[in-house]
Amino acid sequence: MQRLQIDPITRLEGHGKIDIFLNDQGEVADCFFIVPELRGFETFCVGRPVEEMPRITTRICGVCSEAHHMAAAKACDAVYHVAIPPAAKKLRELLYSAFFTGDHATHFYILGGPDFVMGPEAPVAERNIIGMIGKLGVDVGRKVIGARAAAHEIVKILGGKTIHMVSSIPGGVTKGLTVEERDHIVALANQLVEFGKFTLKVLDDVVLKNRTYVDLILSDTYTHKMHSMGTVDENNRVNFYDGKIRVVDCDGREIVKYHGREYLQHVAEHVERWSYLKFPFLKAKGWKGFVDGMDSGVYRATPLARLNAAEGMATPLAQAEYERFYETLTGDRSGRTPVHQTLATHWARVVELVYAAEHTLELAKDEEILSPNLRTIPTATPDEGVGQVEAPRGTLTHHYITDERGILKKVNLIVGTTNNHAAISMSIKKAAQGLIKRGVEITEGLLNKIEMAFRAYDPCFACATHSLPGQMPIVVRLRAPDGTILAEQRRE
Amino acid sequence: MNSTQSNPKPKLALYWAASCGGCEIAVLDIQDKILDVAAFFDLVFWPVAMDAKIKDVEAMDDQAIDLCLFNGAIRTSENEHMAQLLRRKAKILVAFGSCAYEGCIPALSNTTTRQATLDWIYRDSPSTVNPENVRPQTGTDTPLGKLELPEFWETVRALDQVVEVDYYVPGCPPQAHQIWAVLETVMDIMKNGKPLPPPGLVLGAGDKTCCDECLRPREEKKIKKFVRPHEIIPDPNRCLLDQGILCCGPATRSGCGALCPAVGLPCRGCYGPPPNVHDQGTKMISALASVIDSEDPEEIDKILDGIVDPVGTFYRFSMAKATLGRVQFNGKTSM
Repeated sequence: MQRLQIDPITRLEGHGKIDIFLNDQGEVADCFFIVPELRGFETFCVGRPVEEMPRITTRICGVCSEAHHMAAAKACDAVYHVAIPPAAKKLRELLYSAFFTGDHATHFYILGGPDFVMGPEAPVAERNIIGMIGKLGVDVGRKVIGARAAAHEIVKILGGKTIHMVSSIPGGVTKGLTVEERDHIVALANQLVEFGKFTLKVLDDVVLKNRTYVDLILSDTYTHKMHSMGTVDENNRVNFYDGKIRVVDCDGREIVKYHGREYLQHVAEHVERWSYLKFPFLKAKGWKGFVDGMDSGVYRATPLARLNAAEGMATPLAQAEYERFYETLTGDRSGRTPVHQTLATHWARVVELVYAAEHTLELAKDEEILSPNLRTIPTATPDEGVGQVEAPRGTLTHHYITDERGILKKVNLIVGTTNNHAAISMSIKKAAQGLIKRGVEITEGLLNKIEMAFRAYDPCFACATHSLPGQMPIVVRLRAPDGTILAEQRRE
Repeated sequence: MNSTQSNPKPKLALYWAASCGGCEIAVLDIQDKILDVAAFFDLVFWPVAMDAKIKDVEAMDDQAIDLCLFNGAIRTSENEHMAQLLRRKAKILVAFGSCAYEGCIPALSNTTTRQATLDWIYRDSPSTVNPENVRPQTGTDTPLGKLELPEFWETVRALDQVVEVDYYVPGCPPQAHQIWAVLETVMDIMKNGKPLPPPGLVLGAGDKTCCDECLRPREEKKIKKFVRPHEIIPDPNRCLLDQGILCCGPATRSGCGALCPAVGLPCRGCYGPPPNVHDQGTKMISALASVIDSEDPEEIDKILDGIVDPVGTFYRFSMAKATLGRVQFNGKTSM
């Protein structure tokens, strides 16, 4: 028995490792993705006033604090049984769409993109955003930095702060827009839409026109047939802020469509001894272990899963790209046949990026966002509420129970990446199984290809790579059973 | 990575322990100036951004790193191990951001217990299905080998409660312009051989209170009743505390630009206590004591009842440094 350890990998909280066990034939016997982190928000929020949750839970994640802010605000609205004014909803959604555009952009260019632009086996020193700028031109770098800055600026105008925004409270938002601010946001949103079009072209030129990459995307090593979860509007189109959660099975048939407050009827979490992070699964299927397929309870909640769970996009450019996505990968542009290739998640992310940018502009041009009616003062006795949004990395659920003063008695959270925990573990294992064989040299390129299996998910530990130059640290050590290091391969 | 034999650059490390990632994103929000930082320093360890290996840090000489910006609280054995390792390797260790400085929101966990946390997450939470009451273990034997997790501790600590710290940068997260101001100063000192400021200093913040940066006009405070932020629509041109909304501005160091009050929400204290104040919560209590408009003990009690979560509000960001330290349970402290 030999053991490969990939330790450390970066993730949101900066800690994570992969243990791969090899059998005597030199093949992968088992593989564990271990999350050694726990902070305990669900317990220490008890006793806090519920209206503070949109400000406290942002600290779960500084990369996607917007997602926690929105889920918490929606849960607060539900706890107080208050309907927020239409303008408040649109302002929240405007902030959220801008955030989504920036977040997907950073993942596409800084995390996922370099693997394709520079090649999965390119020298490590080049396979990052700096290398990409060198290859694609300084203009690309300027566009990426500009798009991130534009998205952040919209968030700051509406939320008060770029990171850990504060403006949503039970009943609405505390910050409206002046005409000048609105005009500025329209200009920024136009910039984001242009950036979306540009990104489609980059995707096309760099990835889709390269047969090697298309073959890589379609290969069995990166394919898992799983159920798909995502939030949809009344026409079953992708929505990030509001709607019902739809789950389709491996063949694209609807398993269930439910309101966020019903989540406990449909989702449960499994515990393992070797990871602090739990493993959500579909209750209708039950926990059957780390297996894919129709009978498994494992599902994905990623950009790819959201497209699979939906029947289209709500904006024109994104819809056109949605159709091209499915026509290319399944032959059916309707999207009724799901795509199961994990690496296609990058393409799905770009479809979502375009939608988020178009929706940002749509909302910015909506005259109602200038309305001064931004708050409904809650009058009902607070008790219990669920808030749900689509975080970039999966469906995010906040569930609060309070006393009659609105002081929290119970808190339950199912966070974006947690949904994908089992799927990520399985994707890493399958990639390792497909790539590590007897006699195969453990090369840098091989390590990177294992990494690509989880990078597609943009999991929270990969939020880390929303940065320059976007390199994941990785060490694989080949150990004898007594722990002696037999061989080691590191990124240089 | 970029150092040359002839002209070695100062070595910079950035690390995160128990944190949310916001400090790392805030560093990136200095935009293209990050390239100046990368040009000046040899970035030897920065897991968020580059090829960074603990083993490489372990292999360095002691004090080989010139500057280490450490964010995140100390929550697990792994966090502490990294704090000790980086203290040994770094000449200057900076507690960067509220978590490392004073525990921040993760330290609200010091108002509950490890056991309660684990019981809820792995047994009692409504979405958990765990009939065999499985708990994550620091060591799990499998037929193939042992899997390991770090120890999850009873108490969340700030960085200087574990190792010696040279400087502090407050904020949740520190604002980008403050981060750049700190880095620019440090680069200037290193470039020109200037003396370092005295250790223990708070960098990247102001020397007044948040109220001094707030644009809302203040009056003489006479508070008859506290209201919660969602209960009223405040006058945009008046101090929030004057209107009865509990605002921690008087007990919070300046430096952020009073961003929260600018959008109609009270300060919650993320920049930590003002200069010469050790305990932020006590400072807040003292500030409130002077503005409650009553001499009648009964009425005062009634007014104070409007403060629904004193510990979680006054110590929202500084629980690890609070004088009270730990909340008591059933007559027993849980330290």
